[in-house]
Amino acid sequence: MGFEQFGIVSFTSTTKTEKFVDFLKEGKVCGTICKSCGAKFFPPRGDCNFCLSEEMEWFGITGAGELITYTQAMYAPAGFEKDVPYTLGVARFEDGAKVFGRLDKSIPDENIRPGMKVRLKVIDLDDDRLSYVLTQA
Amino acid sequence: MPKVGIIAVGQSAFVRSYPGSIRELAFEAFRDALKGLPIRAQQIDASVVCSAPEYDKQRTPAGLIAEYLGLNPQPTFYVESVCSSSSSGLRTAYALIASGLHDVVMVLGFQKMSEISSAESQERMGRGADIQWEAPFGTMMPAYYAMHARGHFEKYGTTEEDLGLIRLKSSTYGVINEKAVFRKSLTLDKIMEPKYIATPLKMMDCCANADGSSCVLLASEQKAKELCEKPVWVRGLGMATAPINMAGRDTFSGLKCAQLAARRAYDMAGLGPKDIDVAEVHDCSTEAEMMAYEDLGFAEPGKGKDLIRNKETYREGRIPVNVDGGLLSKGHPIGATGGSQIRTIALQLRGEAGPMQVPNAKVGLVHNIGGVGIYGNVSIFSVD
Ligand SMILES: [Zn+2]
Repeated sequence: MGFEQFGIVSFTSTTKTEKFVDFLKEGKVCGTICKSCGAKFFPPRGDCNFCLSEEMEWFGITGAGELITYTQAMYAPAGFEKDVPYTLGVARFEDGAKVFGRLDKSIPDENIRPGMKVRLKVIDLDDDRLSYVLTQA
Repeated sequence: MPKVGIIAVGQSAFVRSYPGSIRELAFEAFRDALKGLPIRAQQIDASVVCSAPEYDKQRTPAGLIAEYLGLNPQPTFYVESVCSSSSSGLRTAYALIASGLHDVVMVLGFQKMSEISSAESQERMGRGADIQWEAPFGTMMPAYYAMHARGHFEKYGTTEEDLGLIRLKSSTYGVINEKAVFRKSLTLDKIMEPKYIATPLKMMDCCANADGSSCVLLASEQKAKELCEKPVWVRGLGMATAPINMAGRDTFSGLKCAQLAARRAYDMAGLGPKDIDVAEVHDCSTEAEMMAYEDLGFAEPGKGKDLIRNKETYREGRIPVNVDGGLLSKGHPIGATGGSQIRTIALQLRGEAGPMQVPNAKVGLVHNIGGVGIYGNVSIFSVD
């Protein structure tokens, strides 16, 4: 299995950024940096739109981020029905990377608000799949 | 730039489930546009057909629809930018005419959302976002607008009730629009019932699926004057795009693509927000209309809530917005939506909007967004 291991339902099996999944297995959430011009990308990209290079190296998103916005979804598309309600959000990390994802189910509802400190955590899902969540820092 | 005019507009009734095929649905708008006019298919030099393909069973619908409307052997092709497809169609038709390539071009938007089962629809819904990096979390359109609502509340102190007031306005006009799918009168209590889709957006903050079609016929200045007593001129066309991925967004309190599209449209028209007499904005959710107030410059950033609290976007207000009920009441048949908005503005500027008429409307604006701020189209029209 390759990239299709990422997420609850996958729609993408092949990508130049397949190593994202290998890093998840090591507990790391990573983006890419262009070796030629230094541009930083999250989500990771295999091609640099600034200098056209496809030489990338990986960097881990570490430290604390800040939740920018969120929503608690009460309905879900096909394949996600059993998960509702779940909370989706966007956080900005110390190095400037913004990350979209779900919030950890263990965070009490009353703690969830823009400005909440978060960090990234890799989680195992059913059927040998894996993903990451934003959890309270 | 050569002048391009709208010479005819039409739309089908928007309904939950159209009892016919897509070619017949397309014909409804075509007939409505040409009814009573001396224009027939053989005078149409080319057509642009617009829909969101994920709802179509028919592959390459442009050819099928051109045949059924009697448009062969003239050119036809398909243009797509999801919910703003037919505004992108307008942009394409304008270019075809302004370039001198064609004199009369039709934009036909349609969507039969009931063409696929609700299970299929549920599956499609999850793929409206970045399928590699976002869809694996379980995303859908209302959740994205909900994150923008939360961003707007946080930054400006907007409330759920402010959004409720937008839906209340919509229902006021949905009741009097015979082409709308949702024609029930609503109370604020009903709107505020805590039936959440994606917090803070509730059931009544979100528009419904619908089947429908729209038709806009455009012509060069000379042809427009020959074929139409009161052409509506295209004055400004602005389009802009923004990252599909939420990680690529700087703010969640407005849509960058709409702000830039508006600036481009105003610049091309040589007009500003204060010159607009009536507007149709893309209210697929109440929050989308709230952001449109500010993105279009009808209110300063953060002051959109004051517009609706003071009823300034009602028919009698300073800047009437969606006085045909908008997408919230009309329904949102994706590919047909932009054309329906353009139709409303053309009728307003010709003084033919019936009970929805804004007195002395001379300049009108259409704001039509594809995806949650991926594609922004803003178009400005006038009768002079
Ligand atoms: Zn580079």
